[in-house]
Amino acid sequence: MENDITISVKGLTKRFGNFTAVDNISFEVRKGEIFGFLGANGAGKTTAMRMLCGLSYPTSGSGTVAGYDITRQAEEIKRHIGYMSQRFSLYEELTVKENLTLFSTIYGMTSNAIKAKTENVFRILGMENMKDAPVKDIPVGWKQKLAFSAATMHNPEVVFLDEPTGGVDPVTRRKFWEMIYRASSEGMTIFVTTHYLDEAEYCNRISIMVDGRIKALDSPERLKEKYGVKTMDEAFRIVARDARRGE
Amino acid sequence: MNNAIDIRGITKKYGSLTALDNVTFSVPEGMMLGLIGPDGAGKTTLYRILTTLLSPDAGTATVAGLDTVKDYKGIRAEIGYMPERFSLYQDLTVNENLHFFASLFGVKVEDNYDLIAPIFHQLSKFPNRRAGALSGGMKQKLALGCALIHRPKVLLLDEPTTGVDAVSRSEFWDMLATLKEKGITILVSTSYMDEAQRCERIALIDKGRILDVNTPEKLVEGLGEHIYNVSAEKMYPLLEALRSLPEVKNCYTFGATLHIATESGFHPADAIRRLSDMGLTDVKIYPANGDIEDLFIKLAGNGE
Amino acid sequence: MSIFVSMIRKETLHLLRDFRTITVVLIMPLVLLLLFGFAISTEVNDVKVVAVVERHTDDTRQLLEKFRVNSYFTFKGTVPFNEVEPLLRAGKADAALVLKYDGDRLCHQIIVDASNTNTAQTSTAYIEGVLRGDSEMPVITNTLYNPQLKSAYNFVPGIMGMIFILICAMMTSVSIVSEKETGSMDLLLVSPVRPRTIIFGKLVPYFLLSCIILVLMLLLSYTVLGLPFSSSVFNVIWVTILYILLALSLGLLISTLVDNQVAALLVSGVLLMLPVIMLSGMIFPIDNMPVVLQWFSGVIPARWYISAMRTLMIQQLPVSYVLTEITVLAGMAFAVMMLAIGKFNAKH
Repeated sequence: MENDITISVKGLTKRFGNFTAVDNISFEVRKGEIFGFLGANGAGKTTAMRMLCGLSYPTSGSGTVAGYDITRQAEEIKRHIGYMSQRFSLYEELTVKENLTLFSTIYGMTSNAIKAKTENVFRILGMENMKDAPVKDIPVGWKQKLAFSAATMHNPEVVFLDEPTGGVDPVTRRKFWEMIYRASSEGMTIFVTTHYLDEAEYCNRISIMVDGRIKALDSPERLKEKYGVKTMDEAFRIVARDARRGE
Repeated sequence: MNNAIDIRGITKKYGSLTALDNVTFSVPEGMMLGLIGPDGAGKTTLYRILTTLLSPDAGTATVAGLDTVKDYKGIRAEIGYMPERFSLYQDLTVNENLHFFASLFGVKVEDNYDLIAPIFHQLSKFPNRRAGALSGGMKQKLALGCALIHRPKVLLLDEPTTGVDAVSRSEFWDMLATLKEKGITILVSTSYMDEAQRCERIALIDKGRILDVNTPEKLVEGLGEHIYNVSAEKMYPLLEALRSLPEVKNCYTFGATLHIATESGFHPADAIRRLSDMGLTDVKIYPANGDIEDLFIKLAGNGE
Repeated sequence: MSIFVSMIRKETLHLLRDFRTITVVLIMPLVLLLLFGFAISTEVNDVKVVAVVERHTDDTRQLLEKFRVNSYFTFKGTVPFNEVEPLLRAGKADAALVLKYDGDRLCHQIIVDASNTNTAQTSTAYIEGVLRGDSEMPVITNTLYNPQLKSAYNFVPGIMGMIFILICAMMTSVSIVSEKETGSMDLLLVSPVRPRTIIFGKLVPYFLLSCIILVLMLLLSYTVLGLPFSSSVFNVIWVTILYILLALSLGLLISTLVDNQVAALLVSGVLLMLPVIMLSGMIFPIDNMPVVLQWFSGVIPARWYISAMRTLMIQQLPVSYVLTEITVLAGMAFAVMMLAIGKFNAKH
């Protein structure tokens, strides 16, 4: 079972001066799991995520991602994860194909592998007719799928999604989540933050961060049961109610 | 009852792209109306016309009884506006922002204190903090405070809660409910369907056209489809299997389950049997109450 | 508080809060003035000269003595001919003077290190001057207006021409465009504030900032750089204010044409700053340019401003000598301001 753990974190803490952004968090994520990382604005989600991606060193505590230590093997981690955020995902001026090639090259794929993989992505997404269109000219729904494909071109073990669906309409969001389901069913681990609590229901397990700590961690059904509510939205509000930060 | 916002046949083109196509609807005084539609549906263009920032190619619109083209100067004192992704002056403090916007309208922050009291109360804990150092939720509240500072008759909010966490969003909507009680007309756009349910009426907009305007309940009644919840341990294979069934018109993720919209001759027991033949043995199917989100998906799907 | 005062107050707060920018903006003009005034000098001082003398006579001794006492030269002594090149190569000498006798006639040859053309030409000219002084045709040169041929304050007009474009055009356009980006401009426009008030609320703080910088630059020029003080300073000030207004209008115009800060920086940087540096006559004389570029320089405001400043500031001539420049600047300011305000008000 030990090999089934893709992300493992023990006592992870990050301080900026007097401010403890992430306060002693511990959790494990299994291979192929969709793990929802929830929390109010300013709860410390982004800081925690940056440490897991090898972008920032923890003040104390330890963790492994895809089998690599987050403090000592940051470069290895970057090679084995994918990352996508709402703020940046693709280069608007490059074409669809150029974007995919660029991201694959960054991750050190060979040109043969890139060619095969891009053809495959176009076929699965049904985008053959727009592969030479600049990204800025394609509809937002396609951009989302494309961004996810770009982040997973190198078949990473884990993909980190930082509010991937912010400000996107329900139809586009659904199509995006279908891609996540597919990736997860193929064994990819998904680590996702979101403000849409209906999306939290799609996750296998959810953690809710409040003021730098993990206040709740379980499957959506059991969390709803525990707080005696019908929706994740209500459960989240009960858990996050006492937050002192976020002001 | 008079209409606080009255839109008649508004059309706006950008080159060959039609952003708004003969849009007509109205918002009675004191109502909260939600404008719901996907990205690029024309919501922001409509807001820019109502706030007099843009002139329509055809059609007319009045806000607070004033024409958006002829009386554009008069309208400006009557509306409060929060543009999309707007977050005030980051390098000015909470107080400086409030006082600056008050001065633009020739009022004092204290003049309409009753209106912004709940916001003011929360903000009064840190009057000298820079707006840029506030959390996403507090920024939105400050922006709302600034939009209310001159006691507008009509509040125009363009996706005010995008990127804000659930607790802050809920508080924000509580504030809107209070404002509505004080007689302020509100036109608010959102991409969160749970928020849409909190509006009295909803205008559905897609590709520049208004698809329907009605109460959330009436809209859902008009869904005219049979919606079922479907669940199983392995969701992705289930999704693919359901889509292969001929009587399933549409299938999409819906929280912990999948929703399917079906033809009238759909029998759950029959479907479960066929799914089990495909290797999915743990499938559960039970009727669901369709909501705005189902309607939205249906309408947006028809457009494709 | 009136809307206008409130707008100005807000803009001033923006400026003061952006501590780094304001420091750079206040200090950079002064540093540029001092750099161009003292450190970067086009004069050639201290030319290191060696001499190769075939046969010492009274004539050669007299000649070499002149190099010894001349403050522009450092006479490094006489060397054999075959050592000249190694010395030039090593940079131990800048020029070598070869004195030969053709029969009874003394012949001169100048060998000069021309790796820096400018230094080579100037030092050759110096050496020729000294040699000519020795021959039968002495040349008397009178330099007017800048008697010591000091370059310390020659650069002041050019730097002023550049700084005000930078501060007024670049900073104003970036500040207006950033409000467009964040959406706050929309909010100002939908408030009862008139567009005119918004424009002037934006321009006045930058105008005041420019005036402060003008005062600092003038103080430095008249004290440290030793520019002679006279009543012409009043002409300098009001012509500069005209130029500042023109630069502000340009900034406003740019802000109506672009919609993000990077574009504003690029447009004001490439379209305004480069021509100011290359084509305004600040560094390269306009008369030496190809005719097409000379015409082109006619549309560059800094060209007219710098030309006017040279006349008013360095030559200290009355205003009647720069009427053309002032007319052109005023015309440009009016046209650009009208165009910018028109574009700013336009609805789309």
